[in-house]
Amino acid sequence: MLNAIDKKLLQEIADLHSIPPGAYNLRKNGQAVDRKNTANIEIVSKTDKPGIDIFIKPGTKKESVHIPVILSQGMEDLVYNTFEIGENADVLIVAGCGIHNAGSEKAQHDGVHEFFVRKGAKVKYVEKHYGQGEGTGGRILNPKTIIEVEEDGVVELEMVQIRGVDRTKRDTIVRLHKNAHLIVTERLLTDLEQSAESIITVELLGEGAAAQIVSRSVAKDNSKQVFHLNLLGYAKCRGHIQCDSIIMDNAKVSSIPEISAFHSDAELIHEAAIGRIASEQLLKLMTLGLTEEEAEEAILQGFLR
Amino acid sequence: MLELKDVSVVVTEDNKKLQILKDINLQLDKKKIYVMTGPNGGGKSSIAKTIMGIYQPAAGKILLDGEDITHKSITERAQLGIGYAFQQPPRFKGIRVRELLEIASGQELDAENCDILYDVGLCTKDYLDREINASFSGGELKRIEIATLLARKLKVAVFDEPEAGIDLWSFQQLTETFQQIHEKYETTLLIISHQERILRLAHEVIVIDQGRVSEITSRDKFLADLEKMDLDCRCRDDCIKGEPVNAECDR
Repeated sequence: MLNAIDKKLLQEIADLHSIPPGAYNLRKNGQAVDRKNTANIEIVSKTDKPGIDIFIKPGTKKESVHIPVILSQGMEDLVYNTFEIGENADVLIVAGCGIHNAGSEKAQHDGVHEFFVRKGAKVKYVEKHYGQGEGTGGRILNPKTIIEVEEDGVVELEMVQIRGVDRTKRDTIVRLHKNAHLIVTERLLTDLEQSAESIITVELLGEGAAAQIVSRSVAKDNSKQVFHLNLLGYAKCRGHIQCDSIIMDNAKVSSIPEISAFHSDAELIHEAAIGRIASEQLLKLMTLGLTEEEAEEAILQGFLR
Repeated sequence: MLELKDVSVVVTEDNKKLQILKDINLQLDKKKIYVMTGPNGGGKSSIAKTIMGIYQPAAGKILLDGEDITHKSITERAQLGIGYAFQQPPRFKGIRVRELLEIASGQELDAENCDILYDVGLCTKDYLDREINASFSGGELKRIEIATLLARKLKVAVFDEPEAGIDLWSFQQLTETFQQIHEKYETTLLIISHQERILRLAHEVIVIDQGRVSEITSRDKFLADLEKMDLDCRCRDDCIKGEPVNAECDR
């Protein structure tokens, strides 16, 4: 059922060579094509709209859910996925979308992901975007992610998009209750005529809530990037945003910081920097025997790790 | 053997051409240690950068074992076996010590390469997987910088003030390491330094001043002359024998 192109896409977005272990749901060209539940993880199709509900039982430990989406033809796909992560569960969720567009029509995947992370639960959510194909049709991805984290919950978000996606608008909203923690790692590389926009809004609602966002990006050629990272502190809480971009060629990068405190014990920090690769870094690697191109590649690879 | 023949270097600063090196003639032999010293801004680092290819000479020739490398790029010179430890090495967000050493040695780290960090006074286990980011102190960066040269089998290794940021304990180790390198790989060592303990390693001392080689002398003669001077006095260049004391001193 999976052809060579599908397998390549799966490998890029989910590090999968074949069918994943644990629970999974594979969606291809707008259709659910394969699914597996486990004793603790149940995946159910929504009845009112396209998408799935994923139920993870309380106390589920060290299990994973893979929900990759692949598009191998021009089409518009829209899904709503809801995750219910039970108390004290500890799971890895790997989503991601790979597009192979060889045609001239646009291939677009819009996903709305809603997470309910119950008391004391721990989730690592990895979302990778990947696009390929020689076609002139656009490869477009617009994920919206809404995460509600209850008391003592811990959420780690890893959002990666390296090349291949023509347009993306990523909208992430996280609400953190008492002692809930959030760690976001964002990695983005755009080139050619691509554009990417990332909006992350974190509401620190409960005492002891903490958020750390580390965003690193590289903009090449004529590509455009916009980052709008926003922390709102409503209680004694801590929040830290680090937004770092390397700009090259004729690219454009905007980093728009916003931190708002509504409580005198809220501690919020925003650090943003945009700059080219330091010439000293290139020189140093060249004195170790790399060519200028190899040095540039090594620096970008490390930066986007 | 590395030779600089009548090398001049011109740089453009604020749209003005500035000659920073004039008629430099040096002959640096295999297995020898040269220490280059002299006043700040005299041209020591410029000579180092010219050897590495970071500055291109406006006139003159540079030969490595008889081969003309005057117009070779930085990368080509590195591949021919020339190395340069920066005075102020850069940090690399995301690149780990292990990866930088692997780029330097051109291969995966083996047991021998693990000793490299030991040789610069750092614990291999603690440092190999650390990112060379803002968490590194100036002294740690300098040691990693020296390690990137130790990881390579070089014909010519140039160190630009390697002692900066190195504490006393590892200073001893560092001098031992320098002594070992040139014996092991027959490397020509050129060290820019003002430190007496580094000067004591030298077979020859090269004094650079105002963009020229002002003196090439033996270590013993240089040190004998040095003992006559008050080295801690930073204003001695402004003092003129027989004149009234009017130079400003910051002590």
